[in-house]
Amino acid sequence: MPNLNTLNNIKKISSEKYKDGFVTDLESERPKKGLSEEIIKFISNKKNEPEWMLNWRLKAYEVWKNMKEPDWSELNYDKIDYQDIYYFSAPKGFESKPKSLDEIDPKLIETYNKLGIPLKEQKILAGVAVDAVFDSVSVATTYREKLSKLGIIFCPISEAIIKHPDLIKKYLGTVIPTTDHYFAALNSAVFTDGSFVYVPEGVKCPMELSTYFRINAEETGQFERTLIIADKGSYVSYLEGCTAPKRDSNQLHAANVELIAMEDAEIKYSTVQNWYPGDENGKGGIYNFVTKRGICKGNNSKISWTQVETGSAITWKYPSCILKGDNSIGEFYSVAITNNFQQADTGTKMIHLGKNTKSKIISKGISSGKSQNTYRGLVRFSKNSSNSRNYTQCDSLLIGNKCGAHTIPYIESNNNSSVAEHEASTSKISEDQLYYCQQRGLTNEEAVSIIVNGFCKQVLQNLPMEFAVEAQQLVGISLEGSVG
Amino acid sequence: MLEIKDLTVSVEDKIILNNFSLKINQGEVHAIMGPNGSGKSTLSNVLCGKDNYKIKKGEIIFKEKNIFELSIDERAKLGLFLAFQYPVELPGVSITPFLKTAINSKLKSLGKKEIDSLEFAKKVREASEYLGISKEMLKRSVNEGFSGGEKKRYEVLQMTLLNPDLTILDETDSGLDIDALKTVSKGVNRLKRKDNSIVVITHYQRLLDYIIPDFVHILVAGKIVRSGDKNLALELEKKGYENII
Repeated sequence: MPNLNTLNNIKKISSEKYKDGFVTDLESERPKKGLSEEIIKFISNKKNEPEWMLNWRLKAYEVWKNMKEPDWSELNYDKIDYQDIYYFSAPKGFESKPKSLDEIDPKLIETYNKLGIPLKEQKILAGVAVDAVFDSVSVATTYREKLSKLGIIFCPISEAIIKHPDLIKKYLGTVIPTTDHYFAALNSAVFTDGSFVYVPEGVKCPMELSTYFRINAEETGQFERTLIIADKGSYVSYLEGCTAPKRDSNQLHAANVELIAMEDAEIKYSTVQNWYPGDENGKGGIYNFVTKRGICKGNNSKISWTQVETGSAITWKYPSCILKGDNSIGEFYSVAITNNFQQADTGTKMIHLGKNTKSKIISKGISSGKSQNTYRGLVRFSKNSSNSRNYTQCDSLLIGNKCGAHTIPYIESNNNSSVAEHEASTSKISEDQLYYCQQRGLTNEEAVSIIVNGFCKQVLQNLPMEFAVEAQQLVGISLEGSVG
Repeated sequence: MLEIKDLTVSVEDKIILNNFSLKINQGEVHAIMGPNGSGKSTLSNVLCGKDNYKIKKGEIIFKEKNIFELSIDERAKLGLFLAFQYPVELPGVSITPFLKTAINSKLKSLGKKEIDSLEFAKKVREASEYLGISKEMLKRSVNEGFSGGEKKRYEVLQMTLLNPDLTILDETDSGLDIDALKTVSKGVNRLKRKDNSIVVITHYQRLLDYIIPDFVHILVAGKIVRSGDKNLALELEKKGYENII
């Protein structure tokens, strides 16, 4: 029997808790709306790109024009008008990237301080290097010198295109070809900034690398492009965080992230995605169409994705691993929380190509309000990936009775020595669990938060320590006002 | 400490507590005994503020405050503790952080600062040793896969650390073997003071050999039909409910 008083109490708790929803009042520079060759040339020119890069973009644009937006997901949203979006926005005065933090508009620094991301190195979390991307440009990258002494390159991708063209030419678009699908092609044509990481052979990166993405300007799309290469025997852990102001209109974020792990290398990639999810009536919010794919190119390499997805009106995202090297390992740990009218269609693809490859998928979906939360995943064993294994665990937690949880696993096996295991469960937070916690003095929201955090523990414990606490709090905040 | 006056409570139009009255002073231990369906669990849930119950009339005064308007957690923070008959599992929620969150919620509501981690660890260690709770158990999730005895020990551990003014032990003896019963009772007795009170809700006299009540009340059909001292429990044990009323 639904317990009305408890439901009402929880309902009462304000849902106006998106604390990162402020707007920074900065004059920004934007070309006119819409997508055309002219705009692509404008972006390329703004970034001082060499001609080969512009041609690469234009080629992607030609491909995109003949493609159709995919419609196979469970997501419902108004058709995106690609001619009604700004494809580039930069705080005024960003003709060339500031050389030091002193040259940055104090308002920008203030913005990141408010978000808890101080850009002054002495105030930064020890052991975390940050690249801050504001709309279409990178505004600051910290700790670069310290890293460069080890030969590690950590810089905005726009800078890498100019300074490290050989690496870019060799690797960009090799994991996600421009022709891969609609959003991949779109991103390839208009991507504006993101991070580039190269870790040389045998180097274990001594600090967490992180990028902080912030959408500020209105009606602006953010097209992030990130490329991480871990050379033989190296290790790197990378984290990205995302926020955006509260706005009534929907905004598009279409990112491409490519990871390449050579022999014996390991890449750990973590995301805490907290884009503005829209209000309690489903108005506004970010459309998050993201392609993330990593390749374990060399033998014994490993790629591990951890994501905490709490934001966005629409999440469409399947961080994947191509396990090409023998004995390579792919992992996917995911927490996806949807509240109000949010929709998430997220999961992973594990493509086993090499022998003795292993993959592990732990997915925790939490749905509340009137939201819809889908896990969609593919595990494929190719003919040659003998003796490979997959373990998948998909757990869904429902809060209230107006939300939905869906699990859509695809398993394809083309050899007879590989084994896939799949476990799935669906549960609800029971009145008795809430009662128990409240009787111990926890408020409704504290009770929901602690129960959900318990449910997600397996995933949250994979986050870098510096961010685990933040993620736990975020889980609580995302579910405030959740039952009804 | 607690005064219940003429309390009438119904669930789905069925009267469960009928003009129920009870007064408990500081330092007293009261036992409430009754057959199945007499309203014992309803009483503890209504005291704690669980909804689903319709309060038709009456008053509950706890620490000089009418608590009808208070939520479950506000009553808990005021100093009311229920040791559950069937403590629920919270998968993935580790025992010690849970306990710490509970303590800090209470401290916060009193305007005090959070408990010091070292002090907390020391208190947990001391109380767990007394209750025979192993270090291994402290690493587990709240009540998950606990035996009956482990669950009740953990309830008393929480009681120890939260230090309530009024504790309700709801059928704490159910599911306990004699050794666990002794440990749990010992843990409860240690917390008895002149300024706090305990209500023991039970079917059987057995628990009252270990937690000795000052008063025994017999609850039948939502009403206290007889009250007495600890000897009433012994008499009840001999005669049964039907013959004692």
